[in-house]
Amino acid sequence: MKYDVIIIGCGVVGAACAYQLSRYALRVGILEASNDVANGTTKANSAIVHAGYDPLPGTKMARLNVRGTELMGALCRKLDVPYRNNGSLVLSLSEEDDAALRTLYERGLANGVPGLRLLSREETLALEPNLSPELRGALLAPSAGIVNPWELCYALAETALRNGAELRLSAPVTAIERQEEGWRLRTPKGDFSAPYVLNCAGTLSDRIAALVGDESFHIRPAKGEYFLLDKSEGTRVEHVIFQCPSKLGKGVLVSPTVHGNLLVGPNAAPSDPEDTANSAQGLAFVRSSAQRSVPGINFRENIRNFAGVRANSDSEDFIIEESSVAPGFIHIAGIRSPGLSAAPAIGEEAVLLLRQAGLELKEKAEFIDSRRRVRFHELSEQEKNELIAQDPRYGRVICRCETVTEGEIVAALHTPIPPVSVNGVKRRVGAGMGRCQGGFCGPRVQEIIARELGLDPTEVLMDWEGTWVLCGETKGGAAQ
Amino acid sequence: MKHYDLVVIGGGPAGLAAALAAYEQGIGNILILERDNQAGGILNQCIHNGFGLHRFKEELTGPEYAGRFIELVKQTDIEVRTDTMVLELDENRVLHTVSPQHGYEAIQAGAVILAMGCRERTRGAISIPGARCSGIFTAGAAQRFLNMEGYMVGKRVVILGSGDIGLIMARRMTLEGAKVLACVELMPYSGGLTRNIVQCLNDFDIPLYLSHTVTDIRGKNRLEQVVVSQVDEKRNPIPGTEMVFDCDTLLLSVGLLPENELSRQAGVEIDPRTNGPVVWENRECSIPGVFACGNVLHVHDLVDYVSAESEQAGKAAAAYLQGLRPEGPEIRLKNGNGVGYTVPQRFHKGAESLEIFFRVRAIYKNAAIRVMDGEAQIARFKREHMAPGEMETVKLPKVLLDRVKGDSLTVEIEESTVGDGSPVPQA
Amino acid sequence: MKEIICITCPKGCHLKVDEESFTVTGNACPRGAVYGANELRNPVRVVTSTVVVEGPQRRLPVKTDRPIPKGKMFEVMEEIAKVRITGPVKVGDVLIPNVAGTEGNVVATKNLP
Repeated sequence: MKYDVIIIGCGVVGAACAYQLSRYALRVGILEASNDVANGTTKANSAIVHAGYDPLPGTKMARLNVRGTELMGALCRKLDVPYRNNGSLVLSLSEEDDAALRTLYERGLANGVPGLRLLSREETLALEPNLSPELRGALLAPSAGIVNPWELCYALAETALRNGAELRLSAPVTAIERQEEGWRLRTPKGDFSAPYVLNCAGTLSDRIAALVGDESFHIRPAKGEYFLLDKSEGTRVEHVIFQCPSKLGKGVLVSPTVHGNLLVGPNAAPSDPEDTANSAQGLAFVRSSAQRSVPGINFRENIRNFAGVRANSDSEDFIIEESSVAPGFIHIAGIRSPGLSAAPAIGEEAVLLLRQAGLELKEKAEFIDSRRRVRFHELSEQEKNELIAQDPRYGRVICRCETVTEGEIVAALHTPIPPVSVNGVKRRVGAGMGRCQGGFCGPRVQEIIARELGLDPTEVLMDWEGTWVLCGETKGGAAQ
Repeated sequence: MKHYDLVVIGGGPAGLAAALAAYEQGIGNILILERDNQAGGILNQCIHNGFGLHRFKEELTGPEYAGRFIELVKQTDIEVRTDTMVLELDENRVLHTVSPQHGYEAIQAGAVILAMGCRERTRGAISIPGARCSGIFTAGAAQRFLNMEGYMVGKRVVILGSGDIGLIMARRMTLEGAKVLACVELMPYSGGLTRNIVQCLNDFDIPLYLSHTVTDIRGKNRLEQVVVSQVDEKRNPIPGTEMVFDCDTLLLSVGLLPENELSRQAGVEIDPRTNGPVVWENRECSIPGVFACGNVLHVHDLVDYVSAESEQAGKAAAAYLQGLRPEGPEIRLKNGNGVGYTVPQRFHKGAESLEIFFRVRAIYKNAAIRVMDGEAQIARFKREHMAPGEMETVKLPKVLLDRVKGDSLTVEIEESTVGDGSPVPQA
Repeated sequence: MKEIICITCPKGCHLKVDEESFTVTGNACPRGAVYGANELRNPVRVVTSTVVVEGPQRRLPVKTDRPIPKGKMFEVMEEIAKVRITGPVKVGDVLIPNVAGTEGNVVATKNLP
């Protein structure tokens, strides 16, 4: 299969690139190693849209963060992605922190972050009454927000597909050969060629670079662990609450999520690129750190722990450049925090780099730039009734904790990127994301996936390849 | 808006028994709302026997026990709506419901009985560290797969928690051909009934590790190993005691939580000890005309007690609708030494009699339950054996209640052989 | 001497049963003595399981209508695994008479339309 551009990796960065490229008359192919998109760092991070006062002025990181955050609200409205512009606070809990806040404030001004303000203790407590008694003041960044990171990825990728891009799942790139006109990528799903390749392979992007003989950077994966608390804790804070960054990173944050839960984390520890295990020590650290900023968090209301691996690299900045040894091969690598915030701007940047590398870009006459999905629990009474009258499956609640209907699950299974796993459905519509964690709806979701996709229930996975749920029927099963 | 005299939320054993009891008291216009596609609730997947010994004086399976109530309901004109979810209940007893047949519908109820049951605690609730692989199920989810859908969730199984569902699943999985390697319990005593330890573990030589817990979960895709460690008196894992089990499945039977999201939202007062509504002796909640029974009120060990409690709630709802309200000053029930909670939490002085249900916090041998009115003991009940896994009950007759002087009674355990209240391990 | 836990009531007495004379000690009540002796002479259990339904309902719950010898449990399971049924079936309908020669019958515990 021949393309004009191949994107390796369909996390939020690859999807943002695909979305921007699908505006143009190009054949765009996306190769994703996993059986679903958004299945790496994109599904397990802090879900924060950072204002942009952290990165050093003059870096790509600073520029793309501020630009990405500026684009985020409109993009999310257009593509129906849950986003809330709730602002962030960096707390000062010591004299040292006071100085650090001042530095962040000045850096933010240099980076062009809008609306930054240094708040007194009283002003801060007026905004957030549940903060630590040690509080001295805070840096308010009104442009910060929260987003559903995986839905952002789905929205971008689905829109790219609706505009003609093609996606191959379960297609890890195993070898890359230089040919006369660009590159030939080998995968278990066949070979794919293109003159231009975007390396958006996240925590594995240095391994992809190595396949073209480029060893100019190395990924240093760093794992972060989280608690996700019940909605009963979701209003403990209104803003994203940070502590002052230290040598160890941005520190543990406490934030509401767009789903109404409370997210607490992460720590940071070197790890394997795909190691998402939780550790007792890591979780204990996150817990005690978070209590320094918001002492009253009730961890008994925890409903899930998870870990995400950040694609940190040996570079201080994002690595967004054409490879010096492989023409047409463009790295979009080392996209660590604030990578999610920067993603919309990284998509624009990728287009720019491709143009500079010689790709001819012609805008399509028609570009589909919208997306809608039904969220049953958000509808008015009348809308609910109309929808159920049209399709009674919207009247059958499958996930009782999050009020997700069969209609929504079936709709998700017929989108351009249908989920093939229980967690894939969970991330698309929220079924199983609530306090019972799929205890009740898991078996029913399994059954609906099998029915809609024509699979045997034993073929429906929990998540990525190999995560089987059922090992077979009892008593040999019925005669087929 | 459609109106019913009584709306029962939940068509499990509690809801069915409550509706029937109200019907027998002359309430004609009753609606049961069930979210699943059939009535019977969790009993439909509890295919084992052991239900109904108190109620029917014979050993029934879950579906048989539920079936008897379903048949009785069929003989009445009680309306049962399946596939119906209650999205919201408000303090004026308006229920916002949704179903494929009726769409979105608001219903006004004269009285409401909460009978939504409970849910299982999950891996997240107890923050078990380790890999995020597949193969970790709550015991109830695995039970549904096995007993209702006919699928095995794995072949080599470790069970964390010795609650009854976990024990029952140890036997079911074994009979269906899986190898159950161990049952692991954090506490120094089992959370399940002794008969289940004997019939579900001992019968199949499945070891029970008390004062142990799962400290790591390993597996890239599907579960490959769990690490089990012994814990000290403070329930912290003891380094050096690790045992590794090669298994593909971990079942969690680590507790049940009453499902009171609807009740909370309606403004019903919740007891943090039971996670259920605070109720009067007639199972009426803090909102007049709203009653609660079964596992939504407190987690029961035996469905027979659920039925009895639910009939009480059903009768009380009927009385409420007929204008008969209990009267008398409020007397609160307090939890004294060794008592984890009581149901009810308060009663009206002048009540006909009072049956108090509660759980003890530790294992007691040859102890006594005392009911105190301030410094004065008004009743004392000897017990040879008490355990947190087994609900206790005492009954106070009217003559005693009429003599109460204070505005509260305290239920407490008087210890004898175990002086400090520290738990004594079972065999 | 064999040590067993009595399951007649929640107390859970630790019984000691003589393997030859079937005399029981450690019981707090006479029911314990009966249980202890039976449990050694001829322990019996009710087996519950499901049978395969050829139809959308997939499985129907079943039980043995009386306790069967404990040692025969897996043999009974093998018999239950062979059954394939279609509706209608009513609670109590015999699906396997005299299962594995135990004199117990495997009966339906739920209606199947």
